[in-house]
Amino acid sequence: MHHGKIDQEAFKGLVRKKWSVSLSMTALMLIIYFGFILLLAFNRDVLAQKIGEHMTLGIPVGLAVILSACALTGLYVRWANTTYDRTVNDIIDKMKR
Amino acid sequence: MNNFTSTIGQPNAMSIAFFFVFVAFTLVITYFAAKKSKTASDFYAAGRSVTGFQNGLALAGDYMSAASFLGIAGLVALKGYDGLIYSIGFLVGWPLIMFLIAEPLRNLGKYTFADVVAYRLKQKPIRIAASCGSLMTVCFYLIAQMVGAGSLVNLMFGLPYELAVGIVGVVMIMYVLFGGMLATTWVQIIKAVLLLGGASVMVFMVMAKFNFNPADLFSAAAAKYGQKVLEPGGLVSNPWDALSLGIALMFGTAGLPHILMRFYTVPDAEQARKSVFYATGFISYFYILTFIIGFGAMVLVGQDVITHFDKGGNMSALLLAEVTGGTMFLGFIAAVAFATILAVVAGLTLAGAATFSHDLYVNVFRSGKTTEEEEVKMAKRATMVLGLVAMGLGLAFKGQNVAFMVGLAFAIAASGNFPALLMSILWRGMSTAGATAAIATGSVLAVGLILISPTVWVDVLGFKAAIFPWKNPALISMPAAFFAGWLGSVLAPDADASARYEDQKIRNYLGVGVE
Repeated sequence: MHHGKIDQEAFKGLVRKKWSVSLSMTALMLIIYFGFILLLAFNRDVLAQKIGEHMTLGIPVGLAVILSACALTGLYVRWANTTYDRTVNDIIDKMKR
Repeated sequence: MNNFTSTIGQPNAMSIAFFFVFVAFTLVITYFAAKKSKTASDFYAAGRSVTGFQNGLALAGDYMSAASFLGIAGLVALKGYDGLIYSIGFLVGWPLIMFLIAEPLRNLGKYTFADVVAYRLKQKPIRIAASCGSLMTVCFYLIAQMVGAGSLVNLMFGLPYELAVGIVGVVMIMYVLFGGMLATTWVQIIKAVLLLGGASVMVFMVMAKFNFNPADLFSAAAAKYGQKVLEPGGLVSNPWDALSLGIALMFGTAGLPHILMRFYTVPDAEQARKSVFYATGFISYFYILTFIIGFGAMVLVGQDVITHFDKGGNMSALLLAEVTGGTMFLGFIAAVAFATILAVVAGLTLAGAATFSHDLYVNVFRSGKTTEEEEVKMAKRATMVLGLVAMGLGLAFKGQNVAFMVGLAFAIAASGNFPALLMSILWRGMSTAGATAAIATGSVLAVGLILISPTVWVDVLGFKAAIFPWKNPALISMPAAFFAGWLGSVLAPDADASARYEDQKIRNYLGVGVE
């Protein structure tokens, strides 16, 4: 494989895009999770307030943290397995030509 | 409530039958896997033939240990809401695996995560350091699992502790020794399906008693034990401690050798990503189930009955199974719990054997010059030795308080393994000295600080006050590892390694030349 033929601009763009997506999603997950932990540590009463007869806000919030982890991984897979992989294939095709 | 009678603690014919069926069936699979398992890539990576969906189930199987099933259900049954906080911590590492390391791991490595760290660095020092980190993680995790297995089986069936440890050890060695990664993967998949299926049935039976309305279940819990069970309690009282534990759980997941090794079983990065997505989904579903099981046990079994059988609440899920589905269902769930331990221990042993053979024997002692036959032979010997070591450790730690060992494994994984892995992927300037320093600093600090923390210094060694205030060291040891990696690389730069970074990038991002 001759790396000289690689489209440097496109490759740099790919790497930049990959990490901007990866790092922003990582940041979002860290904010959600540590936001939850800090809320528990400093303002527990918010999560203890009732939203039904007995149900507390903490239960749907905890569930939302779990679902956000699933949603974020799902979004990433969709992006990576379509947009990202398509760009990868374009770059490889050009290298072969 | 103390007139509650349970068959827990007596040999249960149903459960023994279910367990035998599981072992017999998985050994048949092992027999067929053994026929297909010839090369090193077969032994370590199932010939890279596993699909994303299958690997997702197997990853979930590796992660859903008996401790997380019985332990978290018990925590919820006794403490209510706080149990949920714990499971969330175990879950949120998975998205990070996806965003940060899934693709590089698959594209740059062959069998172990040390392949990635050593990709452009000097093989020997990196392999030795990474092996120490891996083996420590595997060993601490193994001790926790083996001791858990022994005491659990003792509690469930009244079988002697030593016998339980022996059964787990022997069956697990057979899976790994003969069937390699292919058999281990299928054991994980079957166990994951049984565990998710069994827990789903249990939740269905619980919900049937509460009009399929979770609010009714929570109301019943609040009516019985007060509103406090639906509110966050004292689990997160010291914010620094909570932050430190959170970091260990999150980044530790991304540094567990037996989890990282699973990424080599799929054919490419696309399937690797899919497998993390499925794993995250299955694990989330599982933790939601355990939350309901915990509350179900709290209401339908009762806390006084639960603590009567085990102070830590570990029997709640089993008692609930008996209350909702009778002795037969109890037998099934107990057998699934035992199968769970077996599968997790097999995954850990295989990861340890790969470290011994691929990292230490092939790349250190033989400088990469071996035949495939020799490598597989050495991996099989390492499996035998590790299996015996696991049984020995299980016996040696009988009756000891090993609750801290899983936390320790996660702390070492987060501090020793993860920083070096991430830096070698992301930073051109990472040098051999830097990577070695990162692994050494992270592991030594993690172990050292845990020894003088409340979890060991007070709870195990019995001193009055701990020298280090937090229960988990990751908040110190992980940043320290990153700093050591940077400092080592700046003080002893490696021009050759930096020059090879372009090659690494092309393989990493484009998947060119991937094995």
